[in-house]
Amino acid sequence: MKTIMTGNQAVAEAVKLSRTEVIAAYPITPQTVIVEKLAEMVDSGELDAEFIRVESEHSALASVYGSAVAGKRSFTATSSHGLLYMYEMVWWVANARVPLVMAVVTRTIGPPWNIHTDHTDILTMRDSGWIISMAENVQEAFDLTLQGFKISEELNLPFTAGMDAFQLSHTSEVVEILDQETADSFLPERRQCYVFGEENTTIGSLAPNECTAKLRKDTFETMLKADKTIDKVSKEYEEITGRNCGLIEEYRIDDAEYAVVMMGAWSGDAKDAIDELRKEGIPIGLLKLRYIRPIPQKRIEKVLEGREILVLDRDCSMGLGGIIGTELKSFMDDITNVIAGIGGVDVGVNELTKLFRKFSEDKLKDEVIFLEVI
Amino acid sequence: MKTIVMPGNPSCQGCPHAIGLKALGLALEDFVLVIPAGCSTIIAGIHPKATLNVPVLHVPFASAPAVAAGISAAFKRENKKKNVVIWMGDGGADIGFATISGSAVRNDDIIVIVSDNEAYMNTGIQASGTTFWKAKTTTSPAGKREDRKDLAAIMLMHRVPYVATASVGYMNDFIKKLEKVKSIKGFRFIHLHSPCPPGWRFDSSKTVEIARMAVKCGAWILWEFDGKFNLSPASKPYKDKNKRKDLKDYLKMQGRFKGLSENEILEIEKAIDKQWKYIECFENI
Ligand SMILES: Cc1ncc(C[n+]2csc(CCOP(=O)(O)OP(=O)(O)O)c2C)c(N)n1
Ligand code: SF4
Ligand SMILES: [Mg+2]
Repeated sequence: MKTIMTGNQAVAEAVKLSRTEVIAAYPITPQTVIVEKLAEMVDSGELDAEFIRVESEHSALASVYGSAVAGKRSFTATSSHGLLYMYEMVWWVANARVPLVMAVVTRTIGPPWNIHTDHTDILTMRDSGWIISMAENVQEAFDLTLQGFKISEELNLPFTAGMDAFQLSHTSEVVEILDQETADSFLPERRQCYVFGEENTTIGSLAPNECTAKLRKDTFETMLKADKTIDKVSKEYEEITGRNCGLIEEYRIDDAEYAVVMMGAWSGDAKDAIDELRKEGIPIGLLKLRYIRPIPQKRIEKVLEGREILVLDRDCSMGLGGIIGTELKSFMDDITNVIAGIGGVDVGVNELTKLFRKFSEDKLKDEVIFLEVI
Repeated sequence: MKTIVMPGNPSCQGCPHAIGLKALGLALEDFVLVIPAGCSTIIAGIHPKATLNVPVLHVPFASAPAVAAGISAAFKRENKKKNVVIWMGDGGADIGFATISGSAVRNDDIIVIVSDNEAYMNTGIQASGTTFWKAKTTTSPAGKREDRKDLAAIMLMHRVPYVATASVGYMNDFIKKLEKVKSIKGFRFIHLHSPCPPGWRFDSSKTVEIARMAVKCGAWILWEFDGKFNLSPASKPYKDKNKRKDLKDYLKMQGRFKGLSENEILEIEKAIDKQWKYIECFENI
């Protein structure tokens, strides 16, 4: 069914269709509508679930950790300061190998107070063992949330569905929503590797060092293989919906001399910018990352091989570079890295066209460039 | 009724947590335990061994009531009648203060037990919000100057179905209270007084004696609210100040009060009297 929805509404809809049983969340702009919408659905009986009205984000993730570890499909959502406030739980949930889904509406971190998008918040989760996805549009926000439950439950890793503040969370777009029957056929009943409370087991106790090391290695290896699960699930989803939500998306890159790498909502504008430049005969294309963990190194290398590479980051590791740029530099050479759009500074089609043109004229080269405005 | 604390657990000799945990097994039937960081983390044993004979979930320091709320929600979905019980320290109640308060406000269907040994023992005896007046800890080497917070009274003000204080020196009273709470629905809170031999510096054979002495000198007051506020029988005589045992005897038994001046002891006495005034108010509500 086609309908018009904001990103926040679409995520709430996906959570409902996933037959989520426990929801706990704390409001923060720009994620608030997800919380309100789900509270409404639970109150009206539209969604048969428990809604825990927690007093903080730390408790939001702690509560869904509790319900998920006890066997129930669970969901929370947050953003920026809320994500940082729950940071201890972010790691705990991943290290405990508990499947659940969290939406992160990306928002810059203060001060100064600022509610607009950049991606530094979600990337603080990078090393923790969460599957991290990032939507380009409202449709993807919906699709990734729904697939997130399946991927998370197959891998026994928590899943985060990222989307940009306002550009997606508050922007209405046409979306195709699944009916309940189709969603049910895609998403089986919850499964997980262990359930708390069923036997006399102690979970999370002190353990010998080797035990911690073994568990971390196991998560590491699961993450290395997670691309296969995402391939499988996104293929199943594509068969039902015709939409592919795989690890990467290639846009006009087959014959491109110049390749741009980025993630999130501004990739849509980047596509328009590329269309503009293509009209001028500039051979440029896009590799969009839909996931940052797992990061499909080999695939990225293969797509980018022999091309000039620009990684465009809406996030930053202080004194080093953009976070995605830094990641790619860890397995590839000759990368130009530009940081832009920090704090929600507008970077639209015009700005991107200007920037990409410069790149195609070899005027940006092998260095990190931090642009306050383009 | 079952033995939940297995022999050979790694608690210190005379550990109040180990005593208190036993009461859970004696009073409650079907329950799971949620334990945040603290001495009890150690007491529960090192993988692959476990010393508590019930399902135990270890959780981050400040998170226990929120995690328990999630577990309780999951159990509700399946109509499971299991009680979700938190066993936490006074430190957990400091760092997780908002978490406990939030849970109480929601009236989550859980039992919270704060086993209060009046300091952060697991990290080496640092002062907490409930550390006794003038007590020496590693972060109050000259003796605690600040007042102490009355956690149970604060929880009472959340208007939850059940709040009580208890003591490892009065096991029957504690067990009775647990037996009562197991069939009450909603947020139930028990503040358990737990004298700790190494933390308070007394001989490990004296845990129960000291706990009883705290009640007899009026420093720890046993009460219960289950819709109505009642002084518990063990504390009733000590409403009358003349019946209270000499505070000095209680203080003398513990190394943490070494070198207190007469003035300081007087200050403590005043603080205890004030504590009783609150109790009288509660009784009259
Ligand atoms: C967020 C966080 N901060 C600090 C610690 C370190 N820590 C572990 S236990 C503890 C004190 C525990 O005190 P309490 O709750 O009173 O329990 P006790 O050890 O006295 O039984 C502290 C500070 C931690 N685990 N997590
Ligand atoms: S320090 Fe105190 S509370 Fe901790 S294990 Fe030893 S006796 Fe028990
Ligand atoms: Mg303590």
